Amino acid sequence: MACTLIILATAPLWAGRSDLRFLSEVFLYLGLAYLWNVLAGYAGLVSVGQQAYVGFGGYLLFALAMNISITPIALLPVVGLAGMLIAVPIASLIFRLHGAYFAIGTWVIAEVFRLSAAQISSLGGGSGTSLPVSVVKSIAASRSDRESFSYWAALVVLLLIIGLMFLFLRSRTGLAMTAIRDNELAAESLGINIWRTKFMVYVITAGLTSMLGALIFMQKLRISPDAAFSVNDWTAFVIFIVVIGGIGTLEGPIIGTLLYFLLRETLADLGTAYLMILGATAILIMLLAPKGIWGLVNARFGIELFPMTRRVIFNKD
Amino acid sequence: MVWVNAIIQGVLIGGLYALFAAGLSLIFGVMRLVNIAHGDLIVLAAFLGLVVTTTLGFHPLTALVIVIPVMAILGYVLQYVLLNRTMGSDILPPLLVTFGLSVILQNGLLEAFSADPQKLNAGALETASLPMGSLNIGLLPLLMFVVAVCVIAGLQWIFYNTALGRAFRATSDNAEIAQLMGLNKNHVFSMAMALSLAVVAIAGIFLGTRTSFDPAGGPARLIFGFEAVIIGGLGNLWGTLIGGIILGVAQGIGAQIHPGWQQLAGHCAFLLVLAIRPTGLFPKVSH
Repeated sequence: MACTLIILATAPLWAGRSDLRFLSEVFLYLGLAYLWNVLAGYAGLVSVGQQAYVGFGGYLLFALAMNISITPIALLPVVGLAGMLIAVPIASLIFRLHGAYFAIGTWVIAEVFRLSAAQISSLGGGSGTSLPVSVVKSIAASRSDRESFSYWAALVVLLLIIGLMFLFLRSRTGLAMTAIRDNELAAESLGINIWRTKFMVYVITAGLTSMLGALIFMQKLRISPDAAFSVNDWTAFVIFIVVIGGIGTLEGPIIGTLLYFLLRETLADLGTAYLMILGATAILIMLLAPKGIWGLVNARFGIELFPMTRRVIFNKD
Repeated sequence: MVWVNAIIQGVLIGGLYALFAAGLSLIFGVMRLVNIAHGDLIVLAAFLGLVVTTTLGFHPLTALVIVIPVMAILGYVLQYVLLNRTMGSDILPPLLVTFGLSVILQNGLLEAFSADPQKLNAGALETASLPMGSLNIGLLPLLMFVVAVCVIAGLQWIFYNTALGRAFRATSDNAEIAQLMGLNKNHVFSMAMALSLAVVAIAGIFLGTRTSFDPAGGPARLIFGFEAVIIGGLGNLWGTLIGGIILGVAQGIGAQIHPGWQQLAGHCAFLLVLAIRPTGLFPKVSH
């Protein structure tokens, strides 16, 4: 694993421009997949509205960068914090809905965000805006440096997400969350505060999703309401990645992301048919192997890349 | 006067939203299923109407004779073959399967009909209106509203006065015991979905005659229907009608203030209800 990390961290030295872009995209999608996996696979909060935070992060970064002359990368923590702050009132509102109705509620929030963004004329209204050249230059003077910086930023945020998640899931709260997922009633009777645990997970994932959104649009250099709050790009694909790879596991999103990009690179020419194949694959996996590809591997070989399962160990006296 | 007009139009369009919502409310009531593809099925019905009207030369309203049974059969098969396998205590499988279905439907329609907006031609009915004082009420929106009221009354009647309705209520209360009493759960669920898609067929045809539609329009219809259900209160069909009307009026008033605020005002009305009365305005008394 350390080897992989070193290879990935030095990628700007050995990889071509298009490879670098491709790798950053993989990282960003993997990040989104992990966050959705924590929400739906561990906390039982099935959201179809995470595009709200992707778009919010992107728009906030553009708005801040255009008004304050600091390099956008330095703004990332601010964006993350703002994402968490805005998620607090939203969570207290949509947590009144349960199950599938919660899912559609998150979608309504994303729509409110999209329609509101289209009303902000200083950010281009419905047609969107580009990052001004001066801001782009403030990331780094040359294009190759800029691309290296964006790449490293994406890698760092991804590692932050994976690290936080790993620590979190192994913590008391993480255990509480898995208990809630497995049996809400039993967990509550053991004294776990379900509402507060879920609330915390929702707010933190919202902040991290906003940071990913900021990075995504910093790389695109252009933002518009339809692209920023696209349910297909930032939620549907992410859900398919997690479901196909294996929901509720840490390995699943990696498998799902690799498979998603493999499919995309080979089938993207098919256009709409490709999306139909992706949808059908997700349905089949859900029906035939609800634990996804990693679930199959794990059941067959018992491998765990990330040791998460707790085992009872008996001491011989 | 423009305000009175905006409100009346809002009430009438509320009928259409209630039609979007009724099918959603019905299947949730019977089997706790939320169909994410509901909006895409409404758009599918509208395209089906387009095929029937253009190939057979039917009036859109006559096309219902074909579209309703086709959608109902589709609903039965869909539930029996696919969705019944996902039913259980876990909410994730039905949610994800209908989400996948939604993506497949959207892209399938895009492949078949292109992204161009289409419209059903209802001829003279589109422009006919009834003068009421200084206002003119369009005949089509009025008809739409009346049909919505009739559909909801019809569903209510089926629920409380027929053997099928009794089966729905029994399965909804306790599917296992209903099964022991000789009801086939899978069949009951499939009948509920068939009925839901029959209502979807009516909603789709009215959607197509009132405005233009395109393959990407499904999610918006799902959201409007969902908002009407939540505003009205879960499990209450008449509440759903009122929910639709409130949504329609909010959108009408929003559009009157600023054209960009039409949908936003509707969403705000929904969030407001969620904030002050999370169970909706007319929640069904739990039995």
